[in-house]
Amino acid sequence: MSIRHGLLALLERGPRYGSQLRTEFESRTGATWPLNVGQVYTTLSRLERDGMIAQDGEDRAGHVLYAITDAGRAELKSWFRTPVDRTSPPRDELAIKLAMAVGAPGVDIREVIQSQRRHTIQAMQDYTRLKAQALEAVPADRHEVAWLLVLEQLIFQTEAEARWLDHCEARLIRLALLPEPGGRPSDTARGTSPAAPSDAAPPAPVDVPGGAPA
Amino acid sequence: MPENAQPSQQPVLRLQELTRVHGSGATEVHALRGIDLDVFPGELVAVMGPSGSGKSTLLTIAGGLDTPSSGRVIVEGTDITTVGRKQLAALRRRSIGYVFQDYNLIPALTAAENIALPRELDGTSARKARTEAVAALAEMGLEQLADRFPDEMSGGQQQRVAIARALVGDRRLVLADEPTGALDSETGESVLALLRTRCDAGAAGVLVTHEPRFAAWADRVVFLRDGTVVDQTIRSQADSLLTGQAAER
Repeated sequence: MSIRHGLLALLERGPRYGSQLRTEFESRTGATWPLNVGQVYTTLSRLERDGMIAQDGEDRAGHVLYAITDAGRAELKSWFRTPVDRTSPPRDELAIKLAMAVGAPGVDIREVIQSQRRHTIQAMQDYTRLKAQALEAVPADRHEVAWLLVLEQLIFQTEAEARWLDHCEARLIRLALLPEPGGRPSDTARGTSPAAPSDAAPPAPVDVPGGAPA
Repeated sequence: MPENAQPSQQPVLRLQELTRVHGSGATEVHALRGIDLDVFPGELVAVMGPSGSGKSTLLTIAGGLDTPSSGRVIVEGTDITTVGRKQLAALRRRSIGYVFQDYNLIPALTAAENIALPRELDGTSARKARTEAVAALAEMGLEQLADRFPDEMSGGQQQRVAIARALVGDRRLVLADEPTGALDSETGESVLALLRTRCDAGAAGVLVTHEPRFAAWADRVVFLRDGTVVDQTIRSQADSLLTGQAAER
């Protein structure tokens, strides 16, 4: 996530001070990616060093104001114009976990899938409830519109994950790596594969970005 | 139990040790293998699972459209597996509403008439039933549909009317089997939002769906596999996701 460009975008609307930038950033993203004030000031000083912003006096309360420069505007323009790179995907812990669970001794991959499915759908329930709240009234300003878009992105992302998990389970059944539904345990692969130790700890689900802490 | 349910409240629907076996001997299929589920007023429960997991069987048995091989189905305090045919029909009319994928409105009746029909069958006067039906539509902001026939309404509108019909009169149990199956996702979402609102107003709902996006409207998601409940979500506090601003205030 680019805090740098996020701050430039907010500064394009006029000079602002540090904690004001933090508040505006979070009201648009619903604190999905919380910023601490330290991060904001570190980023501001780097942007200043790089000539993207400049100090622009103080407000009446004595806060140092920052303003975007022409170089900053050019940088921001290029950011909006350039698509976010998807050709080198970041490491996905869940994909790695399932990849490692295939054929791993003592691991019930179905249990891994189900425990993640529960966690992911629970996160979707939270996001959906927040979305319903956000839609109770027509979004009043650009901050509320931005927050709604971010929330819906989280819903789409978790939905894709839940569907992929369903797909993984169906795929494994088709490849006969998991017993068919409706099959009696005794006449399926479940009976012949080594049983997972019953006292094994349940797998810890991968946290969904921005999900409610457990 | 959902947080909005009072501990003193009785579940509207209670399934106990429910089993359903189709066929016998070599062709025997266990559709349900011992299901326990309580649904309280104000609660929407989604049932998910792969095809063949028993979710539709669960819903038809909960609604008295099929009988279990063993176990109890208690609707508003009455075990519907032990009552006579006549009493079951009356219970279905008075206490249980259905919403199906294909809406199931009667084509020759208007929206208001479709909603009034179960009430009239139950002995309510035609005039009173009509007033109730129009009120039910108005409560959902659909009064303009009252005199339209099903073929004069969109799929989404028909499904909203079906929800109004499911909850008319004293009915407060709505059983919905893939209610969004024939709708585009935007319309499906708004139908779910309506169902959610009706449950927030005190109804108890069971929603069978294979779409995570629609299940996410529920208070609780129950996962079925091979006729048993393998897992379920619990309701968490969404407030933790609210803005940092809100947290600071």
